[in-house]
Order: sequence, then structure tokens, then C-alpha cells
Amino acid sequence: MENNLKKVDIIFEVDDKCTPLEVLDKTLKRSADDIILDLIDSGLKGRGGAGFPTGLKWKFTRNESGDVKYVICNADEGEPGTFKDREILDRVPEKIFAGMTICGYVVGAKEGYIYLRGEYNFLLKNLMKKLEDFNNALKKRNIDFRIFFKSGSGAYVCGEESALFESMEGKRGEPRNKPPYPTVAGYNSKPTVINNVETLVYTTMICHMGPERFKALGTSDSRGSKVFSVSGDTPIPGIYELELGMPLHEFVNEFGDGDTKAVQVGGASGHCVPRKKFNDTIIGFEGIPTGGSMMIFNSSRSMYNVLHDYLEFFTEESCGQCTPCRVGCQQLLKGIEAVKRGERPPAYLDDLKKLTGTMKIAAKCGLGQSVGNPFNSIIDNFREEIIY
Amino acid sequence: MSKYLVNLKINNMPIAVEEGTTILEAAKKLNFRIPTLCNHPDLTVAGNCRVCVVEVKGARLLAAACATPVSEGMEVFTNSEKVRVSRKHIVELLLSEHNADCTKCFKNGHCELQDLSSEYRIGDHVFLDLVRPESKIQDISSPSIVKDDSKCIRCQRCVRTCAELQGVSALAVVNKGDHQKISTFLNKPMHEVVCTNCGQCINRCPTGALTERNYIEEVWNALYDPSKFVVVQTAPATRIALGEDLGIPVGERVTGKMVSSLKKLGFNKVLDTDFTADLTIMEEGTELLTRLKRALVDKDEKVVLPMMTSCSPGWIKFQEHMYSDMLENLSTCKSPQQMFGAVAKTYYADKINIKAQDMIVVSIMPCVAKKFECERPEMRDSGYQDVDYVLTTRELAMMIKQAGIDFNKLEEAHYDSILGESSGAAVIFGATGGVMEAALRTAYEIVTGREVPFTNLNIQPVRGMEGIKDATIKIKNVKPEWSFLEGVDLHVAIAHGLANARQLMEKVRKGEAAYHFIEVMGCPGGCLGGGGQPIPTSPEIRKKRTEAIYQEDEDMPIRKSHENPEVVEIYKEFLGEPLSHKSHDLLHTHYKPRKRY
Repeated sequence: MENNLKKVDIIFEVDDKCTPLEVLDKTLKRSADDIILDLIDSGLKGRGGAGFPTGLKWKFTRNESGDVKYVICNADEGEPGTFKDREILDRVPEKIFAGMTICGYVVGAKEGYIYLRGEYNFLLKNLMKKLEDFNNALKKRNIDFRIFFKSGSGAYVCGEESALFESMEGKRGEPRNKPPYPTVAGYNSKPTVINNVETLVYTTMICHMGPERFKALGTSDSRGSKVFSVSGDTPIPGIYELELGMPLHEFVNEFGDGDTKAVQVGGASGHCVPRKKFNDTIIGFEGIPTGGSMMIFNSSRSMYNVLHDYLEFFTEESCGQCTPCRVGCQQLLKGIEAVKRGERPPAYLDDLKKLTGTMKIAAKCGLGQSVGNPFNSIIDNFREEIIY
Repeated sequence: MSKYLVNLKINNMPIAVEEGTTILEAAKKLNFRIPTLCNHPDLTVAGNCRVCVVEVKGARLLAAACATPVSEGMEVFTNSEKVRVSRKHIVELLLSEHNADCTKCFKNGHCELQDLSSEYRIGDHVFLDLVRPESKIQDISSPSIVKDDSKCIRCQRCVRTCAELQGVSALAVVNKGDHQKISTFLNKPMHEVVCTNCGQCINRCPTGALTERNYIEEVWNALYDPSKFVVVQTAPATRIALGEDLGIPVGERVTGKMVSSLKKLGFNKVLDTDFTADLTIMEEGTELLTRLKRALVDKDEKVVLPMMTSCSPGWIKFQEHMYSDMLENLSTCKSPQQMFGAVAKTYYADKINIKAQDMIVVSIMPCVAKKFECERPEMRDSGYQDVDYVLTTRELAMMIKQAGIDFNKLEEAHYDSILGESSGAAVIFGATGGVMEAALRTAYEIVTGREVPFTNLNIQPVRGMEGIKDATIKIKNVKPEWSFLEGVDLHVAIAHGLANARQLMEKVRKGEAAYHFIEVMGCPGGCLGGGGQPIPTSPEIRKKRTEAIYQEDEDMPIRKSHENPEVVEIYKEFLGEPLSHKSHDLLHTHYKPRKRY
């Protein structure tokens, strides 16, 4: 079968002639406004999943007054099925450090923090050594910016940016009310840029190669490439950097095992796409966006079990502060169990779908707002598997 | 600099409000009520219950009205289809994790969740019942507070109260997701943790998750027992708030009606804690002057200053936990409630020829910490438990209702005598700064022979709702026996609410504050904002109660504690003089250090 799937090598590319520090050196010779223009021109959107234009985020933060600002790298990679940041942190950390330093230069921050998922602490030994070298290099260059690590403690919700700030400040990891947004009041209530690991590497690479090469990839809504974490029923699980905007069927042709029944795009909080929709589904911001997780299920999998696992996960990982999420998740989980056992009629699933409508618009943060994604897409496409 | 105005529309009605105003506040100005649960006028905004969600035109998400500031051109809808559906869902969700046995709940009829449920006509629960059986086991370890997790809706008002107003944080959020709950350090029972029993959490709990330990049945049993002689004492702040629970507007004084209702309930004698408040001034004022003399004349290095008041049992327990190195600063005086119990079961029992073991002393208090206080082992100086039962202002209102008394139509009655006479100085014990003012009225006069130099005896500098107040009184032209105080500047400070108390204590501990005398009340506003007072509470409500207290003072024929004839009498007949041996036996106590956790 013909396959146009385009593999890309930007994130992990090693260019001995231009190290991340050298990228930094040449970039810091440019004006902050030029760097922002390049980022906006590149069309880079946040790679954590929400897809906010990176150049704008930096611009807003730069425009805030105040002496103290922060750059935070969100390395709290917790979305089930996502494991690309781990690889990036392990293989090309200097590109992350460089991206953070460029950001610090652009917005006027002197401190950067990498909030590392607690489960990734095993990476720290290697990372700390490299960070020390990098910080020393900054010192030698008289660049007034230092990077530090903070470790998370295992709560999924701390990947939500405002919960992450709370956690960094030593408080319970609970999302804040918005506004204010991080660009105005983030860590320690100061203007803050918070970017995903992968996003920061792309900023370094766009500064290195210019926006053109990046822009040439992808579609008008989804510029560039993206690192995917491919798992599930595939003979070749792993990390792949692919052009954005690909049709899902091409992805399945490449990675599926020939018996693919559904792909969960975007992790537990993403959407489940059944085989019949592979042809019409684009992976990108104009179709189904993803933070990188692609979970492939073949016909041996029970979609009830899949959904049940996801709901168990959210029930446990909700921070618990807001009603729609804390109680809603429990009702969805217990609800499908009750339907399965015949204690509630199949039509109860429709009541629960309405409930996800409330969760989507009334929950305090993205966690509760997105539980309806897997719920509705699995119920709508595999209703019989849930009921019987 | 004035803030600028923001124009918006709410339900198509235009309004301009100051920048920074929330949608909730703006809607209120247009007379649109948006329901809330986690919001409270005394606390920071949480935005976690989501009951107040509203639709903002063009926004992907509903906005929490309590947490969202208005913006220019905003169009808000408070009752659109989306809003109604979501809000109803949210109430249904809350009910699904709430042990809704409303008819058996102490808060039945006073529950904000019940009101919302009723408002939205939530019928049979749509959703599954999520109440965990283990959550139905109430924590009744504390003599003051009952904690029932099965009623908790996780609004975190109690957590914010305990942290923000009281600086105690005995209650905190633990766990996440479906296991999230409000708990204590290591999930210990309430009486084993740093809880001060102030009960401010009770005042702000929207449901029945936190309530006072109630002793209504015990008191009825005592009243019905012919072998018992039941006397009741009423704290200063009860008389200006009881009416709120009985259909009378906030700030209206009901002293006479309250006395009348207590007589109708069957108490053998209706007496006044204000009497022992006056007695407290005699003892505590003398203690202060004695400490000052030891410091200034005897140069006694062991004397501890500043001296601190000891009327508020929540404050005392706070100090025992948090500043146990400063227990010597506390006045050794018992609180007025406990002085009353000790005097009632000795001096008074003798006078009226009743055996102490046949006497039951009941207190009506604005406080739930008093329930703990009366059970302290130190409080048995009469040979019996000096005070047997403490009822909150709220519990008294319930008893009045149970007895079928039409409170509004009651005649005004007077306290019985003796132990019923009091001064205006005593009644202001109920407001922050009141003990200080009462003490100054007496001490200044003892030392100088003149009244305090303030118009109408009202010492304005120590009044008001500021968290920490301080004042300096210059002492001049003293009587010969007090010559050591000539020209002395007496520095005093007042704090109310334990978070403020903590700030003040930190200053004292660091030596940044050279005060002679400090008054601390555990609750915001003083006793009038106590944990046993009618619910709801807010800065406005406490302001009205304060005005009522000071009015009560001004209307009293006697304004100074040392002029209370019954106080003069008890010294002549029984105690001898302040700080006498007998006083020490009955009216003074000691404190014990407690753990920080």
C-alpha cells in the first residue's frame, strides 16, 4: 500500500557544526522582537496538547512589566500513552536548556525551572550533570539566566500549568482560577512562560534553522512536525517524529498490526477513533490534536475495559477540588459499571453523556473538561461493547 | 487613584462597575442572585463548587461568577439553558456524594445545599449514590465540634477559615480524586489535633458536616429532674445575637426577652456571666497592676510582661499549642464562664442553701470552645465540675422553639439576683477590645482616682474591626500609693481572630512590641463573632452586632466593673480582696503546654 507518511528528524537531529550553545550564541545576537516574529511566522503551537501559539505566549509575557519573570519547562509528562518527553530529556537536554535560555532572553526572565515528573527522577543524575555544564557555560558567557530542576510527586493534574505552579510553590497541586493567565501571573504570581519540553526544543531548532524549514512541514493549521509516542497493538512501538496533518489511515498502515480496531489519539483524555473513521481523520489542530500519544487497539481489546481504565485513572487523578470533575468522574465510572451489570438501562449512558457536557464547560481545568472526549467517542462508536 | 469603570451586560441589562469586580458582585447590583456554595464574604475566592457558573457570550467555557472579574463588553447570562442544565447537574452531583438524610440532620432547615436542592426541585437522584459507608462514622471525639464527612461537599470553606482567619490549619484537604476529603493531621480525631475548638468552621460550613456537639437533651433532662437546681448564665454576646435565630433582625438586642425565655424554659435561676466579667476585671486588673509594680518597683526579673487576657478558651488552647513558651504571659484568671461556675457552686450555693452536688450550672455561650473549657480538669475547683453544660446561642434558640415560646411576644424580664447584676464594662467583653476597655476604665480609676479621659467613658482607640489595634494611655497625677506609675505610658494591644493573634505573638516573641497588656479574642470581632453564634456571619453582620453591644453598654446605669454592687458585696462577704487566697483557689487557674501537631 502506498504511504506518504513523512518521518522527520528535527528534534533529535545532532549537528556537530552547531551545538545548542552555538545556537544560543547566534540567537542572542538578534533582537527579542525578531525572535518572536520568527516564532510567530513558523506557526509553532504548543506541543503539550492545548496548542497555544508559542510566539504569542512569549510576546505576551515580554509585554508584561515587572523585573521578575520566569521560564518554566513543563516536563510533567503524565498523559497515559505519552513518553516522548522522556526520550527528549534523555537524549537532547541541551536543546531544552537552550530554548529556555532564549525564552528568558526574550521575555526578560533570569530564572528557568524544569518541573520534572516524579517518576522521571531516574533521569536526574544524567540531567543534573548536563545542566551544571550548561549553567557554567551561561556563567562563562555572562548570560544572566540559570536553570533549576523541581521534581513533581506523581499527581497527573500537576501537568496542568496552574496546578504545576502551585506544586512548585510547595502547595497542594490544584489548578487555579483563570484569569489571570500565566503570562500575567504564573509561578510566584509573576509573569511566566510555561512551555512543554518538545515545544522548547522546537524553539531552539527554529532559531537554528529559521522558520522556513519548519513551516514547509505540516498544514496551514498545524505547522511543522511532532514527536509521537506509539504504543498498543503495534509491532513497532516507540518514538517517532512525524509531519503534522497526516491522515490517520496512513498512520495505521505504518504502525498497525493489520487488525487495528481503533486508535486512541491524544492519550486517555483524547479521542477514540474507530476503524471506519480512519480515512476522514486528520492528526493535527484542524482534526484531532494530540500531545503525542497514539494508542493502537486491535480486535482482541474490549473497549469497555479501555474506557473503564481511563475512567479509573481520571477518578483517581482528579485533584478533587471542583464538583464536576471530582464527582463527575466517579459517576461516569460507576455509571458504566451499573449499565454493564444491568442495574441501569442502556439509556443511562445518554444521561452520562449529557453529564460530560456539563463537565466540559463547567469543570475548573482541562482535566475535568476533557474526560468527555474518551467517554463520548468510545460510547458513540462502541456502545454495544459497553452495554453487553 | 480611582479604578476605571468596566461596561458589561448581564441578562441584557447594561451596567458599569469598577474594574476588578466579579461577575457575582456585578450581578448582585442588578438584583440577579447567582447561587454559591464555596463562596463566603470572610474568605478568599475558591471557585471550586462551580454552582455559580454563568455563560459568557463567545466563551468556550462557563465562568465561575465568584472567581471571574468583569471585562469590557462582556455579555453574561445567569440563567441560560446551558447554565441551568450545568447548575442542576452540579447540585445533583453534590447530592450524590452527600449523605442526604436531611430530616435527621442537625442542620435540617439551615443547610445551603438543602436550599439549592429545593430551589432546583431535585427529585429522585438521577445519579448513583456515592456516599462511602465509612464516611458516615462521625468524629465525636471533640467536646465542641462534631465532624461528619458524609455530609461534606468539599467546598473547603472550613479549610480556608482555619487557615486564613485562624492561622491554625487543623483542617486541611487530604488525598485526591474520589478519596479527596477534609481531614486532620494523620487523620487523627479532632480532639487530638491542634484544633482550638473555636468553631469558626461551623459558622461557615454550608451543610451539616461540621456542627457543634449539642447538649440540648442533657439540659432538658436536667430541667425535668426535680432533684436538680438548675441555674443558667448568659454570656455578654448572646443577648445581641439570639434574636437572629428567632426571626428578629440582626443587631437588635434581646436581653430582656432572652431572660424571660430562660425563665419559661424552667431554669431555677437566670443569672449573668456579665457579673463574673466584672469580677474578672477586678482580678485581672489587679493582676496587671501587681505585675507592673513587680517590674517597675521591685525590678523583679521573673515578672512576665506583656500580660495577656485569658477569657477566650480558643485563644488559650491556641497558645498552649503554638506558643507554649509564652504561657506565663497569660493572666491566671479563669474566664468569666468558669469564674461563674466556681462561684455558683460555692458562694452562691451556700447563700441560697442548695448543695453543690444538686446544682447544675448551664451556660449560654456564643462559643463552642466553652464546651471544651468546662470539661478541662482544671475547672473543678468547687469540688464538682464547675460548669456542667454549655449551650451555644443557636442551641438556646432551638430550645426556645421546641418549647413553643413565641419569643417575639415575650415580656422583658430582669436577671435574678445575686449574680445577676452587671455593668456596661462587662457587656463589652463581647466585642473585640472590650476587655481592654473595661480593664482600663477600672485600672485607670484605681490608680488615679479619676475616670478614664475619654468622652462618655468610650475608649475609641481600642474599638473597631482592625485585626490588630494598639494604643498608649498616659498615666498622670496618680494617687500616692501608685506613684511608681506616674508618667508611665501604658502600651496595650488587641487582636481578634487567631491569625491576627499569631502575628501579634510573633512580634512579641521577637521583642518588637513593648506592650504591657494584650487582649486576644479567638474569634473575628470577638465573642460576638463566636463559633456558637447564629449563622450566617459576615463583616456586616458582625458590625451590626458590635453596634448593639456598645449601645447596650451605654444604656447600662453602671458602666464600670468596680462599681457593680454585687461585686463589691462578694469581696466583702466572701473573697476578701482581689488576688486573695480564696480568689486564687476559685478564680485562677494554670495552663499546660500542648503539642504542635
